[in-house]
Amino acid sequence: MNNIIVYCETNGNSVAEVSLELLTKARSLSGQLKVQVEAVIIGNDLKGLEDQLYAHGASIVHKAEDSRLEFYQTLPHTSIVVEIFRKEEPQICLFGATPVGRDLAPRIASSLKCGLTADCTSLEIGDHYEKKTDTTFKDLLYQIRPAFGGNIVATIINPGTRPQLATVREGVMKREETNPVVKGKIKNWNVSEIAKKDDFVIEIIERQIEEKRVNIKGSQIIVAGGYGVGSKENFNLLFQLADVLGAEVGGTRAAVDAGYIDHDRQIGQTGVTVRPKLYIACGISGQIQHRAGMMESSMIISINTDASAPINSIADYVIVGNFSEIVPKMIKYYKKNSK
Amino acid sequence: MKALKIIVLAKQVPDTRNVGKDAMKADGTVNRAALEAIFNPEDLNALEQALRIKDMVPGSTVTLLTMGPGRAAEVIREGMYRGADNGYLLTDRKFAGSDTLATSYAIATAVSKMEYDIVVAGRQAIDGDTAQVGPQAAEKLGIPQVTYVEEVEKVDAKGLVIKRRLDNGMERVKAPLPVLITVHSSAPDCRPRIAKNVMKFKHARTLTELQDATEDYSQMINNRPYLKINEWSVADIGADEEALGLSGSPTKVKKIENVVFKANEAMVIQANDKEIESLIVELIENHTIG
Ligand SMILES: Cc1cc2nc3c(=O)[nH]c(=O)nc-3n(C[C@H](O)[C@H](O)[C@H](O)COP(=O)(O)OP(=O)(O)OC[C@H]3O[C@@H](n4cnc5c(N)ncnc54)[C@H](O)[C@@H]3O)c2cc1C
Ligand SMILES: Nc1ncnc2c1ncn2[C@@H]1O[C@H](COP(=O)(O)O)[C@@H](O)[C@H]1O
Repeated sequence: MNNIIVYCETNGNSVAEVSLELLTKARSLSGQLKVQVEAVIIGNDLKGLEDQLYAHGASIVHKAEDSRLEFYQTLPHTSIVVEIFRKEEPQICLFGATPVGRDLAPRIASSLKCGLTADCTSLEIGDHYEKKTDTTFKDLLYQIRPAFGGNIVATIINPGTRPQLATVREGVMKREETNPVVKGKIKNWNVSEIAKKDDFVIEIIERQIEEKRVNIKGSQIIVAGGYGVGSKENFNLLFQLADVLGAEVGGTRAAVDAGYIDHDRQIGQTGVTVRPKLYIACGISGQIQHRAGMMESSMIISINTDASAPINSIADYVIVGNFSEIVPKMIKYYKKNSK
Repeated sequence: MKALKIIVLAKQVPDTRNVGKDAMKADGTVNRAALEAIFNPEDLNALEQALRIKDMVPGSTVTLLTMGPGRAAEVIREGMYRGADNGYLLTDRKFAGSDTLATSYAIATAVSKMEYDIVVAGRQAIDGDTAQVGPQAAEKLGIPQVTYVEEVEKVDAKGLVIKRRLDNGMERVKAPLPVLITVHSSAPDCRPRIAKNVMKFKHARTLTELQDATEDYSQMINNRPYLKINEWSVADIGADEEALGLSGSPTKVKKIENVVFKANEAMVIQANDKEIESLIVELIENHTIG
């Protein structure tokens, strides 16, 4: 009762990375609250997926399987999740801030008349004192998110409604397996009893989903380029450096908008959030919205012609100069000194 | 086929994309006055989709609905310049402080007073970036939703064929009417103002604006009723006050912080061969690379 529930997404035959990140976070919150973590998983054939959920800390897995649920659909998923929340009465529920999570969570929140915070980048547990009513609310979920184009960070709470609902950005929480893995139990929900016929009025005619081609989120080293790189051809130099270092290439929105690099490599508030071991920023000024997606990198090297570029204030190493002269030198000396 | 009634939800927002230094007050709160108020960008994409449906089904009407302070009537005029037929401004002090749940309640209550077949919203507003109001309004209206719409490809008596933009792909769905769609920024840009419409609607006003005006517009509005922008209060839509504003908003802002990054002492490396080589050697030795 009053546990934390994570709505888990699947892609094909595995659980989505963001859902496992959320289970990991839920586990640490549940430790503070002395409750358990549960997972909800909905689809057609979910055989075996519970093992991944147990491994990340779920002690109960709510499963809803139905042949009509091969692909995500708003209405049946809303009905199922609302039913589970009504019966189980969780205190906190988390969703990935993905196209699915951001389509589903508001519909659920409206149905339950509960507060929902979008796109959180951090979650904490804390108290809140309300002066007007002289009441202290204990152990609330602090839902922390950037707002106003990233210029402010707001802490949002839902003192009066349960569950407390939040969607959380991909990549901002770390995923870790439990050790040892404790096997939980499965609770099956009967879809035909919960979902109404009207829940299936939207018909999916066609779906084309590409495998994610790049995985900058998972890369330990990132070579990123900004508008200062100047052209698509110049980005080749960054790809060469990435190649010798075993890194991935990322970019700023300005570089993406200029057509220097593909959209799926954009890092920042409206792109991916990364936390690599090493981040090499070439020709990047380091506006707030870009830093929001990379400032947790363990080490940052900035290469910029402008010694006072804002990115330099969060960098560990600053090389003042033209990237087109510096990057080839880095390649050369890496080749010379490695192995 | 029969003409359709289309409602576009549009919001006036501060332009957070061009935030200058004076946009933040010393206490860390946002100085809204320093930011230009604009038509929320994705709501313009939404308006364009609505106008395209109107082009496809002759006789259809496009009505804008916006909730905000008096000056949000600007959004309605702008929409009419681009081809919308008329608009409603939901304005009342009692709406102030509404979070997405209370906002969607107000909007859904207003929409249910109107006739509609399709409600078109933007995916998200750039002041909060929540993307919640569309789906929440759909839930309150009890109609299905289709989010991240890139194109309404077909309209017929059975409903809409819609192409949706997903993270790494697309989906094509068939939706019955009535339905609420939210339009993604990858959808076509909105058509520009039409000179004829600017001439026709430039004097369109809400009653409140008329009261404040120095010239006497009332005569003109009486003669040309299409110049009246409808204004609705909480009482006009018969909404429950408790479900609006701060009391109707389960989410509360506990704290707001200006984003300041702690500067750490960076090590400055000269761009010469010697220093670059020694940096690379250091990174190899401490296993950062290699
Ligand atoms: C709501 C919102 C969301 C946003 N989301 C994102 C986001 O997710 N990600 C993102 O990146 N941005 C985002 N932005 C945009 C962001 O504000 C900046 O505009 C963008 O990050 C700037 O990119 P840049 O550093 O590449 O370009 P610029 O700011 O133009 O900087 C170019 C830099 O290159 C340097 N330079 C030039 N020539 C050379 C050379 N030859 N060698 C070395 N250095 C050189 C210059 O000194 C300068 O510092 C967002 C903005 C808004 C309003
Ligand atoms: N005050 C408002 N008036 C009219 N439409 C709104 C309002 N707030 C939100 N919307 C609609 O809901 C969409 C999503 O807004 P948001 O949930 O704030 O990101 C917007 O793009 C608008 O279409």
